[in-house]
Amino acid sequence: MIDPAEVLHVARLSRLKLTDEETERMAGELSSILDHIAKISELDLEGVPPTSHVVEVEQGLRPDVPGPCLPRDVALAQAPAVQDGGFLVPSPQAG
Amino acid sequence: MDVSELLSLTAAQATAAIERGDLDAAELFAAYRSRAADDDLNAFTWVAEDLPEDLHSDAPLRGVPLAVKDLFCTEGVPSQAGSKILEGYLPPYTATSVRRLQDAGATLLGKTNQDEFAMGSSNENSAYGPVLNPWDRTRVPGGSSGGSAAAVAAGLAPWALGTDTGGSIRQPAALCGIVGLKPTYGTVSRYGMIAFASSLDQAGPFTRDVTDAALLYRHLTGTDPMDSTAVGHPEEIVLPTAERLDGVRLGVPAELSTGEGVEPGVLAAFEASLETARSLGATIETCHLPTAALGLSAYYVLAPAEASSNLSRYDGVRYGLRTPADDLVSMYTDTRHDGFGDEVKRRILIGTYALSSGYYDAYYGRAQKVRTLIAREFASVFQNVDFVVTPTSPTVAFKLGSLTADPLAMYLNDFFTVPMSLAGIPAISIPCGLSEGLPVGLQLAGAAFSENRILDAAHALERALAFDGSPPRTREAA
Repeated sequence: MIDPAEVLHVARLSRLKLTDEETERMAGELSSILDHIAKISELDLEGVPPTSHVVEVEQGLRPDVPGPCLPRDVALAQAPAVQDGGFLVPSPQAG
Repeated sequence: MDVSELLSLTAAQATAAIERGDLDAAELFAAYRSRAADDDLNAFTWVAEDLPEDLHSDAPLRGVPLAVKDLFCTEGVPSQAGSKILEGYLPPYTATSVRRLQDAGATLLGKTNQDEFAMGSSNENSAYGPVLNPWDRTRVPGGSSGGSAAAVAAGLAPWALGTDTGGSIRQPAALCGIVGLKPTYGTVSRYGMIAFASSLDQAGPFTRDVTDAALLYRHLTGTDPMDSTAVGHPEEIVLPTAERLDGVRLGVPAELSTGEGVEPGVLAAFEASLETARSLGATIETCHLPTAALGLSAYYVLAPAEASSNLSRYDGVRYGLRTPADDLVSMYTDTRHDGFGDEVKRRILIGTYALSSGYYDAYYGRAQKVRTLIAREFASVFQNVDFVVTPTSPTVAFKLGSLTADPLAMYLNDFFTVPMSLAGIPAISIPCGLSEGLPVGLQLAGAAFSENRILDAAHALERALAFDGSPPRTREAA
């Protein structure tokens, strides 16, 4: 179970605005999904190591050779706002 | 060669015809381009306007056109991953997998519609509208690679590239009556594939037959300096030739085959295909994957957890949509509210919740351990059988809108496909019959890196099953 207050907390962590209607609806939908997920709490997992990656990769590193990187104008070309060769964003301070 | 004859060729047949000089690559491209431009299934989100100047008709794939899921970055070509937050995005580079196929001679025909960020099983989560199933336009094509599947099934493309995180190649291939291969994790580079769940995402082919799947996969696999998890394939991928299954042991998992919600018609087609396998010399036995039935529960922790991290990059700063706001955090939160659809929001919230302080061990930690158990169980089963076989999807293509109000019911579509994704093993879906006039898929899964064996077995079965892959409407039109 997850209540609307927890949904709002998680939404804040996710940098996601939710309307009141969305918060209520998500609380219901996420609760039923979490109920289904809770089935894994029934298993005995004592001593089982976690898997974060299924393919064993040893030192998957490429040679440390400098190569070309994206030109600045190309990197900036898709940005919603640009100024002085950088990404332009609103002030961190409101107002 | 007249147009209908030319469009009826598989990609392998087309490459051979071009090589012999019986078919002009430019003519083939023009025929498909015109079909794709007239697409009334909403399968394409972008179609090439002209024949590219660099048509590689002397390279192995001979310029044969290729449809590519919108999830792949293609330089200068809209790559929106089915999301409003990436509307109009033009990547500065092309995904390694697409680049490899282009280098091998494939020509980009178009980009295909998909569930937003590959999250969905019906293609109804696309910001660019649902895709219609060519077998019945009131039904979904499956997802998330629904556009790729529908395009190939309807003959709008000879073949297509898709991605599979929990079933997103296999399930739509099944629902559209075509072949879909999810390769071993790590055998295809993920560089330039817009990330959903990085430990699960894998690119693979949608094709009309198993031979084409082998041909496309042969050129798809490889290492990549830009993806440290891309290990390539230890074997050369060969075109399948098997016609028999003598000595092949097929395992039917007791825990999966009795899954609730499997339609009787799907089960009947599945069982009939096992009979066909037996007639080709295979032995069928029951095997046990006790934890696999919990795969879905583990998957819906792991995939959203990874997604919640991967999708943090969409913040209105460097690319895509921005909702203007007075301060930075409001700009982030408003942009993400306006740019993401409901399913993506659900998964970001579930994933963030599962990773949050106090819940991490109970959800993410446990799910990672379940993943270990499932991978071990598959490894143990493959000591005794060559392949695990299941229906690909519990149902045939369902009606548009029928599951959209119940996210959990939608997730159950992936019941048979998710365990293989968690184990990182390869699996193919081939059409094995009809139920209620709609295609049913048969899934064959094998040990890691067993693609050559899977393709061979699937080839033998495909020949014997002799499924007619053309949807009724296409047949009437021809």
